[in-house]
Amino acid sequence: MRQAFYDRLEQIARSDKNLYILTANLGFRFLDRIRSTCSEQFLDVGVAEANMISLAAGMSTCGKNVYCYSIIPFLTMRAYEQVRVDVCYHGLKVKLVGMGAGFTYGLEGFTHFGIEDLALMRALPELHIVAPDTVENAVKVAELSYSHPFPLYIRLGRAGVHSPDAQPSIRRIGEASVVREGRHLAIIATGNMVPVCDVVAGQLARDGIAATLVNMHTIRPFDSEMVRRCAAEHPIIVTAEEHSITGGLGSAVAEVLAEAPYTGRFARIGIPEKLDTVIGHADYLWDHYGLSAQKIYSRLMKMLKQESEGAAHVLQS
Amino acid sequence: MEVDCERLVALAKKVRLHTLDIVCRTRCPHIGPAFSCIELLVSLYFNTLKTCPEHPEDPERDRFIFSKGHACPALYSVLFERGFISRERMQGFAVNGGTMQQHPDYNLGCGIEFSTGSLGHGLSVGAGMAYALKKDNSPARVFVMLSDGELNEGSTWEAVLFAAHHKLNNLVLIIDYNRMQALGFTHDTLQLDPLAAKFEAFNWAPQTIDGHNFQAILSSLDLASREDSKPSVVIAETVKGKGVSFMENNLQWHYDCPNSDQYALACGEIE
Repeated sequence: MRQAFYDRLEQIARSDKNLYILTANLGFRFLDRIRSTCSEQFLDVGVAEANMISLAAGMSTCGKNVYCYSIIPFLTMRAYEQVRVDVCYHGLKVKLVGMGAGFTYGLEGFTHFGIEDLALMRALPELHIVAPDTVENAVKVAELSYSHPFPLYIRLGRAGVHSPDAQPSIRRIGEASVVREGRHLAIIATGNMVPVCDVVAGQLARDGIAATLVNMHTIRPFDSEMVRRCAAEHPIIVTAEEHSITGGLGSAVAEVLAEAPYTGRFARIGIPEKLDTVIGHADYLWDHYGLSAQKIYSRLMKMLKQESEGAAHVLQS
Repeated sequence: MEVDCERLVALAKKVRLHTLDIVCRTRCPHIGPAFSCIELLVSLYFNTLKTCPEHPEDPERDRFIFSKGHACPALYSVLFERGFISRERMQGFAVNGGTMQQHPDYNLGCGIEFSTGSLGHGLSVGAGMAYALKKDNSPARVFVMLSDGELNEGSTWEAVLFAAHHKLNNLVLIIDYNRMQALGFTHDTLQLDPLAAKFEAFNWAPQTIDGHNFQAILSSLDLASREDSKPSVVIAETVKGKGVSFMENNLQWHYDCPNSDQYALACGEIE
């Protein structure tokens, strides 16, 4: 995903000398190409994330279109106050490209997990947030980000996942896309969880259950209208994200539903606030924390069963 | 260099009085750190900086970042004297319904190149500006003023490394070295000395001067602007609360505002 993102960005950079890519000393191999073909626009600032964000802000005031790259927690947390003041308060169109959504870094462990970033970044005024789910959508985000008129946080995730028809589904930042439609329940997912939930929806379909799947790739500005549409048409809404259960997509959807108001059933699927001591690759951790397709499928089936039993109970009484 | 220092001395007096006035009118803090940098600010805005209120967006203007934003009554007074801030705008300083908060705000315009208030950002932002301007072969220079307390911040030293590595000779750092920070003397908090040697070791071109002497300030800024391969730092030895005897080197005036008797005394001493 990140390779495709940067390959597209490299093409754009070659035609615009004002585009700069800053990295806090990360990106071995996959930044090689952009580093060699656009060497005057590539800047490794060293292991200094806070300085990188302020540098980018200063460069931006002088007319540069700046992308900053690091691993999610270092980019979003180490430099959070610089993002808040230097980028967001000034409304500068700096792009923050974070790698490693959720458990992407697997065995590298806790320090490298991006599991609280959406909560943090969602609280910042002005900042837009987008989380592509596939290689094709990451390329599309590279294109859309170039002239995006707000500060933008781009949350990159798992490598090698492609869109079904090898075409991007993201049309516009801020406009959620519908992957499939069904009447029994709606799944609203973001980033890595979109392809996983598509598998889940396929399994449900084989059981005769029709699910709507929404790709909520943009977390800010939030497509509240899409959530209200889901609420109007579905008795069950579930969110799925590779992020803490607190403060991310699930919270954003809950805020809309609470004000809608929504009388159906709602559940958030995400990472618990407190992690266990267990380690593993991302797939292993997904399964451990209930984010694998199989675990999500089982949880949804249980919910659906409870709902139908509840409905039968209401009918009997 | 031939400069009319008398004019600058007169301006400094005016700015110091104006600073005292707006501090007393609004009961705002930080008069001590404002008074320590008045000669530095007057030198910048009335001699060194190539910028003017008629063309505040000129891409080739020099940039100035006032990183020690808490001392903004001094900055606002200089910007007012220089014509960047209107008298009407000044009325909105530190009052309900006004627009000028107690830290400089870029969104106001008025010649404020960057919002500050959180310490330790200014040098990094200035380095970013200097880097971008250098890439464009711009003649513009970037001046950043830091408090000594900001040298406690790790991000400042990240920027120190960056600026030297990239040979940002269009970047001039001015340290208002009044040797007092929020809870006491710098040497009791985190010892900064030997400060010039630290910068020298980091491949900067340091100068240490009397930060209240116009001839010294102007000469150092002139020399800094002619540096050909290194970023420059002017370590300005200053006095917190400079110009009013009972405020000098007294931490109380990092926080307090003079009462009417003290105001009268201060006016007398400044005049």
